[in-house]
Amino acid sequence: MKTKIRELLGKHGGLPVAVDQVKDDADLYTAGMSSFASVQIMLAIEEAFDIEFPDTLLNRKSFQSIDAIACTVEGLVGSAEAAE
Amino acid sequence: MNMSSSMSLAERAGRVAAVAGAHADDVDAKGRFPREAVEAMAAERLLSIQIPGALGGEDAGLSEIAEICSLIGQSCAAAAMVFAMHHIKLSSLVSHGIDSAWHRGFMQRVSEEQLLLASATTEGGIGGNLRNSICAIEISGETCRLEKDATVISYGEYADAILITSRAHAEAPSTDQVMTVFTRDQYTLERTHKWDTLGMRGTCSDGYLFKGEAPAEQVLPKPFAEIAAQSMLATSHLLWSGVWYGIAVNAVTRAQNFVRAAARKSPGAPPPGALRLAEASNLLQLLKSNVVAGLKEFEAAKADPDRLSSMGFAVAMNNIKIGSSETILTIINHAMLICGIMGYKNGTPFSLGRHLRDAHSAQLMISNDRILGNTSNLLLVHKQDTSLTG
Repeated sequence: MKTKIRELLGKHGGLPVAVDQVKDDADLYTAGMSSFASVQIMLAIEEAFDIEFPDTLLNRKSFQSIDAIACTVEGLVGSAEAAE
Repeated sequence: MNMSSSMSLAERAGRVAAVAGAHADDVDAKGRFPREAVEAMAAERLLSIQIPGALGGEDAGLSEIAEICSLIGQSCAAAAMVFAMHHIKLSSLVSHGIDSAWHRGFMQRVSEEQLLLASATTEGGIGGNLRNSICAIEISGETCRLEKDATVISYGEYADAILITSRAHAEAPSTDQVMTVFTRDQYTLERTHKWDTLGMRGTCSDGYLFKGEAPAEQVLPKPFAEIAAQSMLATSHLLWSGVWYGIAVNAVTRAQNFVRAAARKSPGAPPPGALRLAEASNLLQLLKSNVVAGLKEFEAAKADPDRLSSMGFAVAMNNIKIGSSETILTIINHAMLICGIMGYKNGTPFSLGRHLRDAHSAQLMISNDRILGNTSNLLLVHKQDTSLTG
């Protein structure tokens, strides 16, 4: 999952550094991700994992790092599977 | 407790508004700092009301401060805007500086000495996009140094301290910012741009080359991204809206006085402009509801950093700014149509030229186009709250 997230970050994150230089727990906003780019990433992740972020998760914390994004996405993919 | 703090905030603000009103036309005509009004704010100790009681303040909430912005705004929009901008800076200190010994001590000083705080977020080459910086703070040992081409520092020359944004260090990307407090003895300002504008002439928002050196502990301990999202943007939109409501409500008061004077002269015949006054009253109520709803939303969210950083909250605050800044122009234009040539002329009890010119700044202070662009981006993922009262 993190590989996919990294791929999407590389494409849409608009980071001034290469995404493989960003650690899993590094703050993406500090690394240069703008709020515009963060929305583009959310959209790309929704499409790639066929999920929809509820408003309660649409905050800085959920998208602060690769770890945080993976945790947010895992929670949603998990609950979608449980509902099936 | 001194005399002034033993009276209600409204009484104290009322006295400031009277002083502001007496000098408003002169401040506007000369494009000068509303010195008398700001001295009155300090005399009434209104510059520290937001600070916690333990640090010499009065624990005032944002709604109380917005009410004062509106009261002073009814007399002199420029003085009210200075008051609003000071409290926007103070909100960053109160929300994000409370755990830092230096900033707590500084808040105590603001209370004791009634210091006036200014802001330097705009920069040459960046424009109004305050979430980006070119300049970087240089920290060596226990000292920090900063040089910034600040194209706008409202009342910079008259402030006792400036809260200024920059990149966090020389290698930081443009969005990795910090905010630092510099007191007057720690910086120099060299004027680069003169503030000669259509309205809001008294804010004296000249441009300066800022050069400062201070102890490094004066850098606020939180990233500016958090400060912007959790205190600065929301308090800006809400306190500015308070000022704008003040301008609009005074315009409608003048229009109503005009209509009532005509009605008294010829009872029985509906005066011209009466229907427009009803329309203006309706728009004013919408404006008030908009601002009050925003203040309630802020008060409910303020203890919860996650809610303050949420998209729903950002969309709501953006909408409040757009709504207030656009509606006041329609309202004041209505008032002008009602008062006719007496509203268009300067120096009559119904003059509205200053109101209209001041109000035109509202759409430009953080450009509405930029805000709509931001909201439109957020709406790609954020879903509308479909409840009426929740």
